[in-house]
Amino acid sequence: MARKISYKQAINEALDLEMRRDPTVIVLGEDIVGGAGAPGELDAWGGVLGVTKGLHAKHGNRLMDTPLSESAYIGAAIGAAACGMRPVAELMFLDFMGVCFDQILNQAAKFKYMFGGKAKTPVVIRAMVGAGFRAAAQHSQMLTPMFTHVPGLKVVCPSNAYDAKGLLIQSIRDDDPVIFCEHKALYGSEADVPEESYAIPFGEANVVREGKDVTIVSYGLTVHRALDAAEKLAKSGVQAEVIDLRTLSPIDWDTVIESVENTGRLVVVDEANPRCSIASDVASYVAQNAFGALKAAPQMVTAPHTPVPFSPVLEDLYIPSADAIAAAVNKTTARALAA
Amino acid sequence: MNERIKPIVMPKWGLSMSEGKVTGWLKPAGTRVGVGDEIVEVETDKIAGVVEANEAGTLRRVIGTPDTVYPVKALIGVIADDDVPDADIDAYVAEYATHAAGEGEEAEAGPRYEFVDTPAGRLRYAKRGSGEPNVILIHGFGGDLDNWLFNIDALAEAGTVYALDLPGHGQSDKRVKQANLVGLSEAVTGFMDALGIASAHLIGHSMGGAIAARTALDHPDRVNSVTLIGSAGLGEEINSGYTDGFVAATSRRDLKPVLEQLFHDPATVTRQLVDDLLKYKRLDGVDDALRALADALFAGGRQASVLAEALKAADTPVLVVWGESDQVIPAAHATALGDRARAEVIGGAGHMVQMEKAGRVNELVLAHIRA
Repeated sequence: MARKISYKQAINEALDLEMRRDPTVIVLGEDIVGGAGAPGELDAWGGVLGVTKGLHAKHGNRLMDTPLSESAYIGAAIGAAACGMRPVAELMFLDFMGVCFDQILNQAAKFKYMFGGKAKTPVVIRAMVGAGFRAAAQHSQMLTPMFTHVPGLKVVCPSNAYDAKGLLIQSIRDDDPVIFCEHKALYGSEADVPEESYAIPFGEANVVREGKDVTIVSYGLTVHRALDAAEKLAKSGVQAEVIDLRTLSPIDWDTVIESVENTGRLVVVDEANPRCSIASDVASYVAQNAFGALKAAPQMVTAPHTPVPFSPVLEDLYIPSADAIAAAVNKTTARALAA
Repeated sequence: MNERIKPIVMPKWGLSMSEGKVTGWLKPAGTRVGVGDEIVEVETDKIAGVVEANEAGTLRRVIGTPDTVYPVKALIGVIADDDVPDADIDAYVAEYATHAAGEGEEAEAGPRYEFVDTPAGRLRYAKRGSGEPNVILIHGFGGDLDNWLFNIDALAEAGTVYALDLPGHGQSDKRVKQANLVGLSEAVTGFMDALGIASAHLIGHSMGGAIAARTALDHPDRVNSVTLIGSAGLGEEINSGYTDGFVAATSRRDLKPVLEQLFHDPATVTRQLVDDLLKYKRLDGVDDALRALADALFAGGRQASVLAEALKAADTPVLVVWGESDQVIPAAHATALGDRARAEVIGGAGHMVQMEKAGRVNELVLAHIRA
């Protein structure tokens, strides 16, 4: 039975269902149960924004509060994965990943390759991403491109509650390390979500709106900005197709290329900083592989090449807006008309 | 209100439909139309379909503007005979708006899907109408009760209509305890037991037709009649490209061309229709259920159970309906029962004939049930 639940509830439900299904699934992280010195109380936090609230009561010691040492518990999760468990580690903010890069980049991502395929590392690292939360430069970054860059890691970033549940279930069942990026500004957003378990395969983009004039590619929060832009553009007679990549590694090139072959125009929207981003990756791939189909130069709409500002006014300007996306679309159509 | 004036309204195709878009008129104003004539094309976020005339007469007013969205039950056209004065029709149209608003609220409080626990698991169903006789609609392989969304309300004129989700399908339990025709037939009789239905007319589509036939053969006392629509069980051939393709598809790109084989007009397959089926196929247990059923019922492109000879020897009244351009089970199977059953092959329709030519199918089924 489908009913409306939030993105946050969908993640909680995915963890609950997978813990019920598979006894090797464990969850660890800072304050995910009750916080230091407050194990498992009813009013426990369940993580910094309450995503794991209630799970300790259902699954007891399969959830573990860890010391404030990311390098230690991410390493422990990766080691446990190598030894047959399916750990889900919550890293609070993806920004904190810096202190455990060796465990992630040099260990988890390399085991399968360096042991000739004999080792698997089914670990999921959940972390919040994105700006708009007034949490300043060290808690607001969209670092998805850094992980997408590394072979051996899978990178997931759902834009809605339905995808969040199905992609997290797939992440837990997957035998490779998965970086699961949760946009904090989407936690309250609701969608129809089945009560049952379901897994959404990786590498399958979602065409969230069909259109014939321009392809807008995005993921995470900015999918919604792209949809707002498409709605505005429709009023001026421009039919935009909006593609939600859902997973950045693996990435569904076929859906992007097929769409650009129909529309001839590409706008990529990425909340990450512009250099070496998902936006530049998609734009270059399309330029190389569908050059003949393009009627205009691909456009990128990204955050600027700066840290996320703490000033609310500047932070709001930092995230790609629907107006900026619509302006980029108009650039692709104007150029085509002038030609 | 002048009873000689008949409204054409925005239809309600399924419980979730609250509005629809008029995409184009197939008949211009002033055309003479007969019952079942296709008049206007309507698109919802789930499906594109055609509204057929329920009454004969002249299409006197075309009210719904193409590319405009109207709420369910809104007046989009008027049929009346030529001798009805224009002034009466204008008065009817003016009065209709207020009339419809009151009815809309009533529809909001209408029946929702229900669930019932049976030995075959928890089954979802929809129920319409009241009184005798009982009619049970049984969908096909990979389908669900919404395959009947153009039929369930029309058939409720005759009595109480139930449409169920079979085990492994729709929102019923995904575990199919006995993945063969007998098991599915027992799921239907178990459903009847749980709801206190002593006997019913069984209307089955595709695999659901074979289930209806199996049930009629095993429990003739509980089956008043069967209607077999694009039905399995009447011959060996079946398009394994469809059945295997449906089971194997995990992406929109793979599933869409498979689903297009279901319809005479492939444009009927909207993005939402594909998405809804993908969401169903991703649920835990569905893949196992579909594979088990496909292996048991139509492995290697041959149907395992052909019931035509047994049906010929049985007494249950049978109606056979087929879409002429059915690409899943050949329309040639329609005559498998010879003189034993009325067979109607409908042009301009594929495997989903009950959706594509709903008016004609409803008319045939109602006449069959009432006979």
